[in-house]
Amino acid sequence: MIAQHDDLHHKLNLEQDQDVKQFLTFFMAEEEYGVDILTVQEIRSWEEITVIPNSPDFVKGVINLRGTIVPIIDLRLRFGISAIEYGPLTVVIVLKVKLENACKIMGIAVDAVSDVYSIAEHEAKAVPHLSDSDNAQFVAGLVNVGEKMVALLDLQKTMDI
Amino acid sequence: MSIDLSQFFEVFFEESFEGLDAMEAELLNLVPGEEDLETINTIFRAAHSIKGGSGTFGFSSVADFTHVLETLLDQIREGSRDLTAEHVNLLLKSVDCLRALLRALQAEQQPDLTEADELRVKFEEILGMRAASKAPEQAPETVRESSFNTYQIDFKPHHHLFKTGNEPLYMISELAELGELETQAFQDDVPDITNLAPEDCFLSWRFFLTTDKEQSCIEEIFEWVEDDADITITLCGGLFGDEEDVAVETVAEEAAPAQEAEPAVVKAAIDPKKPAPVKAATANAESTSIRVGIDKVDSLINMVGELVITQAMLSQLGEQEITEATIASLQEGLAQLAHNTRDLQENVMRIRMLPISFVFSRFPRLVRDISQKLDKQVELKLLGEQTELDKTVMEKLSDPMVHLVRNSLDHGLETVDKRVAAGKNPVGTVTLNSFHQGGNIVIEIMDDGQGLNTTKIREKAIKNGLISETDDLSDNEINELIFLPGFSTADQVSDLSGRGVGMDVVRRNIEALSGSVEVASAPGVGSTFTIRLPLTLAILDGQLVRIAEHTYIIPLISIIESLQIDISKVSRVGKDLDVLRLRDEYIPILRLYNIFNHKGAIETLDKTLLVVVESDNQKVGLLVDDLLSQQQVVIKSLEANYQKVDGVSGATILGDGRVSLIVDISGLIKLSGLRKPGSQELIIESKANLEAS
Repeated sequence: MIAQHDDLHHKLNLEQDQDVKQFLTFFMAEEEYGVDILTVQEIRSWEEITVIPNSPDFVKGVINLRGTIVPIIDLRLRFGISAIEYGPLTVVIVLKVKLENACKIMGIAVDAVSDVYSIAEHEAKAVPHLSDSDNAQFVAGLVNVGEKMVALLDLQKTMDI
Repeated sequence: MSIDLSQFFEVFFEESFEGLDAMEAELLNLVPGEEDLETINTIFRAAHSIKGGSGTFGFSSVADFTHVLETLLDQIREGSRDLTAEHVNLLLKSVDCLRALLRALQAEQQPDLTEADELRVKFEEILGMRAASKAPEQAPETVRESSFNTYQIDFKPHHHLFKTGNEPLYMISELAELGELETQAFQDDVPDITNLAPEDCFLSWRFFLTTDKEQSCIEEIFEWVEDDADITITLCGGLFGDEEDVAVETVAEEAAPAQEAEPAVVKAAIDPKKPAPVKAATANAESTSIRVGIDKVDSLINMVGELVITQAMLSQLGEQEITEATIASLQEGLAQLAHNTRDLQENVMRIRMLPISFVFSRFPRLVRDISQKLDKQVELKLLGEQTELDKTVMEKLSDPMVHLVRNSLDHGLETVDKRVAAGKNPVGTVTLNSFHQGGNIVIEIMDDGQGLNTTKIREKAIKNGLISETDDLSDNEINELIFLPGFSTADQVSDLSGRGVGMDVVRRNIEALSGSVEVASAPGVGSTFTIRLPLTLAILDGQLVRIAEHTYIIPLISIIESLQIDISKVSRVGKDLDVLRLRDEYIPILRLYNIFNHKGAIETLDKTLLVVVESDNQKVGLLVDDLLSQQQVVIKSLEANYQKVDGVSGATILGDGRVSLIVDISGLIKLSGLRKPGSQELIIESKANLEAS
């Protein structure tokens, strides 16, 4: 109880700091990724989807989100990771992404959601440019949370299709 | 207690803009030399209301400007000045200027007064001097003895005078313009301070006016308040010498109590530097609000009433135990519900429908201005102004139409000399016509000018590399070329058209509204541009079709027929294109599963169905696995959250909540590569002809 309280207190303190943001993290191919929680609209389970003809393979199709047509992107395919069968843990994170001139609502299909962390932005480290992998461009920065490493997504780049 | 005047600003602006529109329309009807008194009166009244309103609300820039305008109108109305074309032009310009001033004020910006001041100088030149001082100065010297009369005017406003937006001070100063004015104010009715309602008027006045004007001029000043005050005007003989000093004093005094009695109104009116706060949200109200006829609202209320009754009936049935009998009445109830819902839907859509006169009404002015500039004589005919059209479509239609009308005036109609030489009526005619046809609205822009010059278009197209010299094109095909990007027929870039915005933009804008634009032209007789648009962008009747496990929607309006393919009438053209001979036509078969890259569809022709559709006068057959139901669908944008998809015009949500895509026929034809680049003709036609021979 006390530990929890301390933890909460710790978090609250952090939140007072302007630099600190909360990130929702999720798993994909054993790696943990994070998105700014303020961009998250909702988390849904995987559902039947309408395919868009001649779209890139990572665009799985569109769903009806209470009357709005929302495209769903398979993040595995977007990152060039081999696709897996969608299971009970597969979720769609619906995000509101600010692109150049418009705000679009899009969903990303990921293996499973993980946790919410408070992360100070200055703690994030740039992605080392070691490989010429295209995937590096989707990651805005890397942070350590305890023992783990979380890759923070650059949503503008990821969703720019 | 004080009234927040700003809450009335929006109403004032709306009314003023309407007044300006009315002024503009009436001014365009004015022909110097044969002006109709009623027309001038209408213009005068509109100007007068704007002046009064802007004075009340403290927009003194507008009030001052309208005042000179009104003075001129007044003189014309009285017949003391003849109306000239110059006056009309000046008045039209001031309408524009006033509109700009009011827009600026509406947006809470400081209005730009340069144009207003320039126009005012011109008005004052016409009037000969500063209008305000004119009457009293002229009067004493000339005819004082002979035709001067003194009127006694008793003016006792009712208590609610201020609430009707009237301002006694204005009337008094207007009276003062008529001649020598002596004023007495009576404060007898003013209650003690505890009972004093600051918004009520407790003062009354007695005026002695010595003027050479007629009594009707005085009555006019009080025209606006005759229902809100007791007014008696009596003619009395000479001046009343002794009292003069006293009376003049009261003029000054009278203003003070009046101010005390009406703090809110006067303060707002005399302090123009400090604009009263307008709510920011109201600034853009113009484009977001819509005027709906009360009959439409009433019929909606009726329908909702019916819907509620049906719903009550159904819920009652739902509570009962389900038997054979209840199932029957349940089905009946559901049918009624469907009926009600459809009615309601249609009526809600009708709310968005406005008569096309909203677009047409801007053209008389445009045509007048342009024809003056070009020195051409033009008569504009408007037909079918009551044809209704969706508001969104209407807003986007305006620019392409302006462009087409400008084109007709600039390139289509000839100058007077040329018309006379060609044996035509020197006055050219431009006709705007609009009517409903099927689910479409058709708008025609016709002129009786010289028609499109096919030789010139051809030369130009060859020069711009749009066609090659060896291409053999029919006149119609040549006319179509003007819609291609990078084409402008004007010999020189003129002020009016040919500003780089070509007909291709017109076509693109109209196609963005899922419409089409065509041109028909005969040399020497004239040309007609025809715009076809769907009545509404929000809803369409669709045929649901299945391709493999995917459901698509084909707009019912473009479907001609659906049939099973008679395999013996199919021939193969080229590498992979099948053509069906249907009666006397050759219909290319588009395999939707191929175009959309769907696997698992039926590929053998005789086991599938062919939906024959038409777009841009071209027929094609779409191969589908199955026809499902027909239903009305609400069109949702794919672009809002995704992007444009070729061959798909939008999406919709089916009854079961799934998303289904709507097929875009003309996009599909493009996607299939059937159309030659730069031509409307399908490749297939030439090939099919070969095949047939």
